[in-house]
Amino acid sequence: MSNTTAPAPDAGKKEKKRSALAQELLVPVLAVVTGLIVGAIVIAVSGENPFVAYGALFAGSFGTPADFIEGFQIYFSTGETRELVKAIYPFTESLVTATPYIFAGLSVALGFRCGLFNIGAEGQFFIGALTSAFVGYSLKGLPMIVHLPLAILGGALGGALWGTIPGYLKARFGAHEVVNTIMMNWIAFKLSDWLLNGPMKASGFRPVTPNIEPSAELPRFFADPLRFNLGFFIALLVAYLVYWFLFKTTLGFEIRSVGANPDAAKYAGMNIVRNFVLVMFLAGGLAGLAGASQVLGVDHWVGQGFSAGYGFDAIALALLGKSHPLGVVLSALLFGFLRSGATDMQSMARIPIDIISIIQGMVIIFIAAPDIIRWLYRVRAVKKEETVLTRGWGK
Amino acid sequence: MTNVLELRGITKRFPGVLANDKIDITLREGKILALLGENGAGKSTLMNILYGLYKPDEGNIFIRGKEVDIHGPNDAIAQGIGMVHQHFMLVPVMTVTENVMLGIEPTKNGIFLDKEKVAKSIREISDQYGLEVDPHAYIKDLPVGIQQRVEIIKVLYRHADILILDEPTAVLTPQEVEGLFKIIATLIKAGKSIIFITHKLKEVLAVADDITVLRLGQVVGSIDPKKATSEILATMMVGRDVNLVVQKQPAKPGAPVLVVENLYVRDERQHMTVQGVSFDVRKGEVLGVAGVQGNGQTELVYALTGLLPLETGTIRLLNEPIRHTTPRNILERGVAHIPEDRQRHGLILSFPIHDNMVLCTYYKPPFAKGISMQEKPIFSNAEELVSQYDVRTPSIYVNAGNLSGGNQQKVIVAREFSRPIEVLIASQPTRGLDVGSIEYIHSQIIKKRDEGTGVLLVSSELDEILALSDRIAVMYKGQIMAIVDAKKATKEQLGLLMAGVHPSDTSNKN
Amino acid sequence: MQNPNTLISSAIERRKRISYGFVLLAVGLFIYLLFGLNTQAGVSTTFGLNLAGSQALKVSDLVVPALPVVYAMALIVVFAGAYQLARGVRNTSWLIGILAFTFVVSFLMWAAQDKSFNLTGMLSSSLVRATPIALAALCGVISERSAVINIGIEGIMLMSAQAAVIAASLTGNLYIGLFAALFIGGLVAALHAYLVIRFKVDQVVSGVAINIFGTGVTSFISSRFLQSAGANLNNSGTFPIISIPVLSKIPVLGPVLFENNLVIYLTILLVIVMHIMLFYTPWGLRTRAVGEHPKAADTLGVNVYLTRYVNVILGGVIAGLGGAYFTIGSVGRFDEIMTSGKGFIGLAAMIFGNWNPIGAYTSSLIFGFADSLQVKLQILRVPIPSEFLLMAPYIVTMIILTGVVGRATPPAADGEAYEK
Repeated sequence: MSNTTAPAPDAGKKEKKRSALAQELLVPVLAVVTGLIVGAIVIAVSGENPFVAYGALFAGSFGTPADFIEGFQIYFSTGETRELVKAIYPFTESLVTATPYIFAGLSVALGFRCGLFNIGAEGQFFIGALTSAFVGYSLKGLPMIVHLPLAILGGALGGALWGTIPGYLKARFGAHEVVNTIMMNWIAFKLSDWLLNGPMKASGFRPVTPNIEPSAELPRFFADPLRFNLGFFIALLVAYLVYWFLFKTTLGFEIRSVGANPDAAKYAGMNIVRNFVLVMFLAGGLAGLAGASQVLGVDHWVGQGFSAGYGFDAIALALLGKSHPLGVVLSALLFGFLRSGATDMQSMARIPIDIISIIQGMVIIFIAAPDIIRWLYRVRAVKKEETVLTRGWGK
Repeated sequence: MTNVLELRGITKRFPGVLANDKIDITLREGKILALLGENGAGKSTLMNILYGLYKPDEGNIFIRGKEVDIHGPNDAIAQGIGMVHQHFMLVPVMTVTENVMLGIEPTKNGIFLDKEKVAKSIREISDQYGLEVDPHAYIKDLPVGIQQRVEIIKVLYRHADILILDEPTAVLTPQEVEGLFKIIATLIKAGKSIIFITHKLKEVLAVADDITVLRLGQVVGSIDPKKATSEILATMMVGRDVNLVVQKQPAKPGAPVLVVENLYVRDERQHMTVQGVSFDVRKGEVLGVAGVQGNGQTELVYALTGLLPLETGTIRLLNEPIRHTTPRNILERGVAHIPEDRQRHGLILSFPIHDNMVLCTYYKPPFAKGISMQEKPIFSNAEELVSQYDVRTPSIYVNAGNLSGGNQQKVIVAREFSRPIEVLIASQPTRGLDVGSIEYIHSQIIKKRDEGTGVLLVSSELDEILALSDRIAVMYKGQIMAIVDAKKATKEQLGLLMAGVHPSDTSNKN
Repeated sequence: MQNPNTLISSAIERRKRISYGFVLLAVGLFIYLLFGLNTQAGVSTTFGLNLAGSQALKVSDLVVPALPVVYAMALIVVFAGAYQLARGVRNTSWLIGILAFTFVVSFLMWAAQDKSFNLTGMLSSSLVRATPIALAALCGVISERSAVINIGIEGIMLMSAQAAVIAASLTGNLYIGLFAALFIGGLVAALHAYLVIRFKVDQVVSGVAINIFGTGVTSFISSRFLQSAGANLNNSGTFPIISIPVLSKIPVLGPVLFENNLVIYLTILLVIVMHIMLFYTPWGLRTRAVGEHPKAADTLGVNVYLTRYVNVILGGVIAGLGGAYFTIGSVGRFDEIMTSGKGFIGLAAMIFGNWNPIGAYTSSLIFGFADSLQVKLQILRVPIPSEFLLMAPYIVTMIILTGVVGRATPPAADGEAYEK
């Protein structure tokens, strides 16, 4: 039997593309909405008013119009910026929160594209933070133009090393990367406990690193307390680079081939082992950059429990962004706003910040099972090739 | 004489395909009904409906004149229907007994499996029908022919009296086919009725009492085997006159391009599946490798294309040895490979056609400059090849997974033939394709041969080997039994070799 | 003519023989250099064989001269290495056993030199610490034998641990707590089964979602309800130790095996029952067939989906028992993320145990041993930072997954959705 579907006329092509994009966005948007609804139910069950809670969440992530108006009025009438700063603070904080998410989400997304499930972004993030902090505080007297790139690179390399180990074990022995990256997370936590209590401990009582040198800090655009810094734009640049790498280069073609069909990739002469190691190196590097951006741009030091939750958040937003860099950036912004607002929600509406993890779990399930969303909202399915994400125990 | 089984107006639709269109068939008691049709004609779908694996959209099933509803294999089994599937439904890591008892396990004390009881029943069935097998052997240790016996025993253990045999000869040597026909005769004598599904004309003529031919999901007609000939059946099956012989000129072989000496290869499970194979392929000839599937052909091809490492021995490509080389190195040295499993190795189904067309050359100019891929040449390359090789597709942006099997194979052939090549390794190049695509692929292979390419053709279809080859090597248990001249080879001689018997051995005995 | 097949396999065996031999020799040297040279001559190590508060008959402690034993261990390994180089043994798992044994013994000699070390206590705590790992592993075995990967065990255990402590605290009845844990375990596993069977969600993705959800929901409940002052929801007490009459009097073995709480006895019972069920009953036959070749099972009228639902849910109930261990089975309260990766270590134990209940339990014991060794060593003030000792179970897991120590084969259809 031959396939004799009539070719689509060129005129309708653009139209089709637009509706395809709408289809592409439909499930993720509905998944997030449904996740928020489930979250609202959980909040209601726990005895709080979900509208108050989400109101606090929204105000905490964007700011309120009233504050904006007041801020501008005072600024224009007196030149006093304090109120204005207070008004834009929530919004810029959300962008600050989104920055490491962009990097970490790209890390997991890159792994998915090669058929690898990197649950280790968490540990890679932590190690990257530690190495960049080390470069940041141990080298002294360097000019910023040298020191800052070195510190960023240090973070990337630390994370890359942490990612390469499970990548190599997968490539060489077929050891499942899911379990191994989780083990690497725990090892990273224990290692950091040791480092923060010993070799990297600042003088004083608390188990934290010393502050990094000002020459290693990512420059901020506004005065304190606004922490919005260059890291956000570096993240956008890196997202573009990952896009270019994946879709416009031969290396990206190989990675996507290995991810889509490793047997065919091998048949076509691609080196599976090298690609696995390369991807885990790069994925680790991206997660390391996430840690570096947080240290160099926001905290300027590293303490225990520094990486709490970033790795798992990254999985959710890579899935939400369909492993596409643009999608990852959009979902990272969304999560940045959620997380940043959730802090306010916790203090104002007494809703523990862990509600976000509950919402995330639901979002992952809905994204992975679009049929549930389609069934809930009676949306018709579009026939599409599914990408295989994982393969058993690495047979 | 009564009709044990009647199917009336069976219709089954899959998304985009009408697999069965108002099909009527009738099976007479104690007779063999052959269901003939080429790949994709809807035979297997029909039988899966009868066995309860698919639900028909329309139509009725009558058993001994009574209408029945079959919702699952359990219902089919209860109605006395048993099916021997084309791909054996056996669990390799379990014993014969365990496989036979699965689903209707007798127990001791209501808790523990009573394997001895089942083993005893198996021995009784073996004796009654001449189906000899060790009940305690593991399936994975048994040859394909014996595994088929286990499948038949499974059906008989469930007291089936209507047996469906789906392409039962596909994996057998000609002599094993003879053995199967004897078993079928015994079964008929014991009062069973059989539906025999195949696309092989000669087998139909050899065993059938009735013949029903299917094409594109419809019944073309039924015919009495006494009045039928291969030509009539072929025309009914394909819908036009079929040229059963591939047109080709005698080969003009040149110097050897691929020389293999004393090759040993282990498969992925570390079994030595190729054991001391030697042969050469010369410029401008087709060397066919015949053999029952699973005798080391797959691993031989994998070793030649770099997908498996060689244990010992040498492979020389254009006089240069291959050892510890990568698949890419071999590709670049002028080897084209049409892989056995086109969806596993040959294509990335989720990639568009234009990317599949450059799967092996994406890193070379003009498709890439440095590491940057160049869309324009990739697209124009695909457009060119799609029209040159007559790939039926709406556009080059369609994913390979949305093409039909024949068109998928054409994409692979187009890609492989568009590179400069010295050697073509074609493994089961027409498996599962319709006759039109088969003819096209065959003519392309012969064309390549005539252009001076050395062709290694691996196929388990003896007819294909005989039609295309200039010399034929027969593989059995990882070794080459003999290499014979295709012009002088007979099916019987090849069949004996495929079963591991040297014709000289038998003549000595006689 | 020599059979070329045997010729070639012997070449490979020779390579393997030599590499194993050299590894053994290196380890012998390592033991000598690291432990032998750092152990004082003439000093003894005392191994306590009595457990305080135990009903077992008292026996005298084992006192051994440290240095000679270390030397003996080094010699045994070197001898084994030399024998392997010269002759070679077919069953290499013996060599690995010798290697592990000598290394651990000489390590203990060095670590506990001139001190007392309670051996019975450590074996007992190994068994206890192995329990949650074993239950996670058994959950993995029963699900994966029917070809469903459950990587969400960690999340399931967290949720049932919390459910157990809350239910038990509310009602004051530990058995109601246990029931709550089993119920929640089964419920969450049923959700996993529903997602991967009905909606064909990628099994690993669904498992990860369950882990994230489990961490989130338990932390949410914990910080919202359990930590607030006045609420008495996080104080359940634990199952009492049950001493089995007579048997618990046996020295060493008694305190280790026969003075435990309900959860630990249930675990051991479960291992035996699951082994029998899996290999000697119709349910087991069907389960294994569904895991290896679901289509074959389907054509014989075995309901593939139903089998998978049942197995995954039973696995969830077992993981629920594992969750109960963490709270009402050991400390009587819930802490955030208290499972600390035990669910994943359980999966490694399952793989190392070759998807067999007994194998999985045995390898869980090894993890339990490593875990309790690490605790004892901290008490002994061994000059190794405790953080590094804490890493040991995770590193062992990674080594096991490389398959260098015995390669295991998963069920053939493991992780694949079944389409009719």
